[in-house]
Amino acid sequence: MEFWFSELHTENVKLSIKVNKHIFSEENDHNRIDIFESPEYGRVLTADGYIVMTERDEFIYHEMMTHIPMAVHPNPRKILVFGAGDGGVVRELLKYPDVERIDMVEVNVGVVEAAKKYLPFSASGLDSPKVTIYTQNALRYVRHIVGEYDVIIVDSAGFYGPGESLLSREFYGSCYKALREDGIMVNQHQSPFYADDRTETQKAHKRIVECFPISRVYQAHIPTYPSGYWLFGYASKKYHPVDDLDAKRWNDLGIETNYYTTNLHKGCFALPAYVEKLLAKVESIR
Amino acid sequence: MVPFDVPGHKRGRGNPELVKLLGKQCVELDVNSMKPLDNLCHPISVIKEAEDLAAEAFGAAHAFLMVGGTTSAVQTMVLTASKKGEKIILPRNVHRSVINALVINGATPIYVNPDVDNRLGIALGMKISQVEKAIEENPDAVAILVNNPSYYGICSNLKRIVELAHEHNMLVLVDEAHGTHFYFGDDMPLSAMAAGADMSCVSMHKSGGSLTQSSILLTNSTVGPGYVRQVINLTQTTSASYLLLASLDISRRNLALRGKEAFAEVVDMAEYARTEINKIGDYYAYGSELINGDSIFDFDKTKLTVFTLDVGLAGIEVYDLLRDEYDIQMELGDIGNTLAYISIGDRMREIERLVSALYDIRRRFKRDRTGLFDHEYINPSVVMSPQEAFYAPKEEMIPIKETNGRICTEFVMSYPPGIPILAPGERITQEIIDYILYAKEKGCSMTGPEDPKIEYLNVIKEATIY
Repeated sequence: MEFWFSELHTENVKLSIKVNKHIFSEENDHNRIDIFESPEYGRVLTADGYIVMTERDEFIYHEMMTHIPMAVHPNPRKILVFGAGDGGVVRELLKYPDVERIDMVEVNVGVVEAAKKYLPFSASGLDSPKVTIYTQNALRYVRHIVGEYDVIIVDSAGFYGPGESLLSREFYGSCYKALREDGIMVNQHQSPFYADDRTETQKAHKRIVECFPISRVYQAHIPTYPSGYWLFGYASKKYHPVDDLDAKRWNDLGIETNYYTTNLHKGCFALPAYVEKLLAKVESIR
Repeated sequence: MVPFDVPGHKRGRGNPELVKLLGKQCVELDVNSMKPLDNLCHPISVIKEAEDLAAEAFGAAHAFLMVGGTTSAVQTMVLTASKKGEKIILPRNVHRSVINALVINGATPIYVNPDVDNRLGIALGMKISQVEKAIEENPDAVAILVNNPSYYGICSNLKRIVELAHEHNMLVLVDEAHGTHFYFGDDMPLSAMAAGADMSCVSMHKSGGSLTQSSILLTNSTVGPGYVRQVINLTQTTSASYLLLASLDISRRNLALRGKEAFAEVVDMAEYARTEINKIGDYYAYGSELINGDSIFDFDKTKLTVFTLDVGLAGIEVYDLLRDEYDIQMELGDIGNTLAYISIGDRMREIERLVSALYDIRRRFKRDRTGLFDHEYINPSVVMSPQEAFYAPKEEMIPIKETNGRICTEFVMSYPPGIPILAPGERITQEIIDYILYAKEKGCSMTGPEDPKIEYLNVIKEATIY
């Protein structure tokens, strides 16, 4: 039987994945969630037809979002996570014994419920006592918080729809304010290869550069995302992502990972020339 | 139907670029008046039906579809109610279109100076005692014009004003440009028609959801609709746009069918925004707590005005920052306030963005408020009627700093809100000059004088001053 899921990466390019079974589908005010079972990628979670994560390659995205900031910060205890309804980031965070509190703000409660039921490999940590899930608008949650978090992770599935607020100046400004004086924020930065994605990379970078003294972009290979080449933003008030990394300290923690290593950490901030150029374009200092 | 009449684009075939820009359906609706489509200058069929439906929806005796914006409706009210030499009682903080109408017909304004709120600096509604005094001093006035609500959402005691006016054989004209929703929402301030006013106008393109420049004029049974139509036709175009007429009709239908629920949601969003903004600190988003039973008889809860001076920023500065730094376009920013129009098209997520942006502006730009001008309204000194001054022999292009004590022949105002700081026939004072220079410096868009840069004003020639 030929049963395929396809996602358009551009008007002219698409990715198709063969599907065994369509397991779950739900539409609410925020978006439409579907979960498939596929022979190559295992369970696949999509939102409005875009792949959010797959069982086979989610470790890459979740490890790169989590371990980069957690390895640099000397003592991260209070973490704020936006989105992350599938639970992968929380799972990685719980590998750190000194983490005391994880506040997760996911406006779409449907994703969390579906993840707990159908994506156990990812959502296992969501029931931990260290985790509190807030179902509300991200801006509403964060705008009145001052100096409370060590690390903020913005795990949004794209910048359209409800994710639009997460690309705004006021959002990054509020995150800056909500971090302690040596806090770090990371976010998903789309991709520099295809034109539509590239515009969002630049928008996000521009707005973050305007808010944080240190702002650097890093990269990872994620096969199921458009062009397979994905970027992340690291922004901090104090710590340089590479110079302030104490690799020995992180390795002594004995945390097991399948993509992240401290060597990769140092390397992933070295970007191709075309990416450096398109980021430099939006970095005009006011 | 093959068109051998205007418009020349012939359903878009002659102007493909226009079709690409606006869309085929839009351009095809742009037709000329013809028998099956009736004529706005003399409606007898479909336009008349649309006007009858509108009158029913608004609870008026008659309704007139207007394609010249609420400006044309306001001017029709003034021109219907008065003629040369007759007096109209009105608050000084009226829209420029009112005073423009007085320039045209030569009627005389009797200004009631509104109270000003000392903290917020905004002009309030008309106090009953002020209205009584104006009537007593001018028993021969032909009409009273009321702004209800004002740009900032302040309402006067319309019912009582109507009673007083009618006792003295005066018509009541209501500029309800910002009050279309009063006719459809629950728990809203009293509408003009419900208060028994004689004429009123509503900007369908503001809270009514219709296209820009479309408006509706309403009349009670006390005003002859045939005469009103003649007054409208004095200045109305004979090529009324069917895009605007169609927009008015369909929007009227929407308001009638789902206005109640829609405006309940709008009120919820505005109240939520007010509560959240008042948690930030320094900003003051005012609401119904201002009601004092007289000069603030009621308050339009859908209006979201934020007083910004305590953050150390002028309203116009917050307005500019919101646009330039946060991609948020507000309706108005003036000396002390910025105003957001919350409407049937808004969603909660944009409200969250606005509130968060205000937080961020305070975090980044807060400063000391000393040196900030704190009031919008300056009592004018009226020396001549607007028509006399507009057409009198002038001394032109006097540098503004040298005009103290002269009589102005032009309008000067910030736009929005379009309320004249100076009108023809008023004396220029140092306070007014300082206010104009301050507003310009802070970034308000100013308009009115012949000099586009507002560096020079035209004044009455010395010899004609009495």
